[in-house]
Amino acid sequence: MGLLSKKDSKLILDPLADNNPITIQVLGICSALAITAQLKPSIVMAISVVFVLSVGNVVISLMRNIIPSKIRIIVQLIVVATLVIIVDQVLKAFAYSLSKELSVFIGLIITNCIIMGRFEAFALANKPWQSFLDGIGNAAGYGLILIIVGFFRELLGSGTLFGFKVLGDSVEKTGLYAIGYENNGFMVLPPMALIVVGLIIWVQRSRNKELIED
Amino acid sequence: MGLKQNLHSLREKYKGTKMAPAFNALHTFLYTPNDTAHGGTHIKAADDLKRTMNTVIMALIPCLIFGMFNAGYQHYVAAGEIEAVTSGFFSSEFWTLQNFSLGFWKILPILLVSYGVGLGVEFLFAVIKGHEVEEGYLVTGMLVPLIVPIDIPLWMLVVAVVFGVVIGKEVFGGTGMNILNPALTIRAFLFFAYPTWMSGDKVWVEGAVERTREIANGSTADAISGETILGSLAQSHGVDYSVMDMFFGFIPGSIGETSTLLILLGGLFLIFTKIGSWRIMLSSVIGALVMGYIFNLVVAAGWITDTSKFYGLMSTEFWHHLLIGGMAFGIVYMATDPVTASQTNKGKWIYGFLIGFISIMIRVFNPAYPEGVMLAILLMNVFAPTIDHYVVQGNVKRRLKRAKLKTA
Repeated sequence: MGLLSKKDSKLILDPLADNNPITIQVLGICSALAITAQLKPSIVMAISVVFVLSVGNVVISLMRNIIPSKIRIIVQLIVVATLVIIVDQVLKAFAYSLSKELSVFIGLIITNCIIMGRFEAFALANKPWQSFLDGIGNAAGYGLILIIVGFFRELLGSGTLFGFKVLGDSVEKTGLYAIGYENNGFMVLPPMALIVVGLIIWVQRSRNKELIED
Repeated sequence: MGLKQNLHSLREKYKGTKMAPAFNALHTFLYTPNDTAHGGTHIKAADDLKRTMNTVIMALIPCLIFGMFNAGYQHYVAAGEIEAVTSGFFSSEFWTLQNFSLGFWKILPILLVSYGVGLGVEFLFAVIKGHEVEEGYLVTGMLVPLIVPIDIPLWMLVVAVVFGVVIGKEVFGGTGMNILNPALTIRAFLFFAYPTWMSGDKVWVEGAVERTREIANGSTADAISGETILGSLAQSHGVDYSVMDMFFGFIPGSIGETSTLLILLGGLFLIFTKIGSWRIMLSSVIGALVMGYIFNLVVAAGWITDTSKFYGLMSTEFWHHLLIGGMAFGIVYMATDPVTASQTNKGKWIYGFLIGFISIMIRVFNPAYPEGVMLAILLMNVFAPTIDHYVVQGNVKRRLKRAKLKTA
């Protein structure tokens, strides 16, 4: 980490594990449940949030001294909305089917608690470079969980990864399906996403007992 | 002498080691330990958790045995090898060795997998967490084979049991701390994860799945199939079982849930031993009858005609609902689970009534999930603490009022 000072690298690494927005702060759960049935949308969602949060954090941080505190939420909303529309339009232009699949959830990044939370808690009080790192870190921590959940849900629920039939063909009964294996339909339903997130939280806290709260 | 002494010396041998809880559990399963407490005073009633569990298992045994006969009977009737029963509960066509042995060899592996995997998980958690093995799985392990279709693949059962015991119970802190009934969690998991194995007309009769596959591969044998009555009604097909068949249980369905007569006897036994709550059983029955009757009235008023997809189940006579599907089994053995049900007496009435009421509602309005009683009980499990909270608060308020009146 020669590039970053110790304090700066902490900004990125902390939210990846010990201060993860999803598993520790329990923010941004709704989208984590909605779009993680497959790996590809999970990754696209993760990238989108990395973009929105890092750029948004920088913008807010640059304006932090001129935003009147009474209307700061409105200003923050306008910044997120602008960025989200950019992401939405880019997806529509270059990956139309994916944007269909993600439907309203790209638009709903606006309401993702992580974003407003970081604006309020960090960008309003810190310099642009630190805010940028904080944005990258938090969004990556969010994305990491999304990708883990998406991986297991797609693998166990559909038997595929990125649409490739890694476990064999379920219709023609090849690979694992030849010996009677079947996809777990529960995995593609949203409740299972909640349970998978819960399991991740369980594993994480039993590895690091300091994270257990009363 | 022998077994008890062996268990005792095994326990002494592993005392203080990590494995101690596992051997303690084996030792106290049927015997009382030799040692007595010398420190403080402990009051211990004879009907501790293990005895309670054993009593419920006794109430379940008739359903299990009947399930074995019925599995064979359904198979041979569907295959056209024997005639349907005509002469009452003790018909000689039903209670044959042929029927029993087919069911026995089919159900035994399910029973063994259920107990083996479930107890394995419980022992594992006890050893990891360092507490005594809790007996909660004894009843769950017996309930699970009774509420699954006969043709369920065993590996699915393994996955579901691990899921049910870990997510349904251990994460909340083990027996007595769970919010949802573990046996129903297991069934719900199976139902949503592998719907093709938990509904439809192929899984309820032994061999139907196999035979369908053979026919697809060019076999000329006759197809075997057997819809559950609920399945037929949901699609507004006619049902050719008589009410007596439904009551005695000579119908396709999950292994142990078909015989309303034996469930009734089991229920009476549970009420007599004061282990099952009669309030919950009675109020669930009332709830189901009320909802069924409302639907009957809707049909009688002509608001729903036979073109509607709800007609089949709505027009079913309201008291038939108690005889078909898992309604009776759920009310007697699942809704009364002391851990997940309401604890207060008034709460039990509300809890039970809503279970019956919602079961029938789910049955009628959601033909994709014909077994409403499972979902209704799980739903009410979640609400049971809330119901209790308001019952207790209501009581506090009333007594405060009374106290104020006295002092005023």
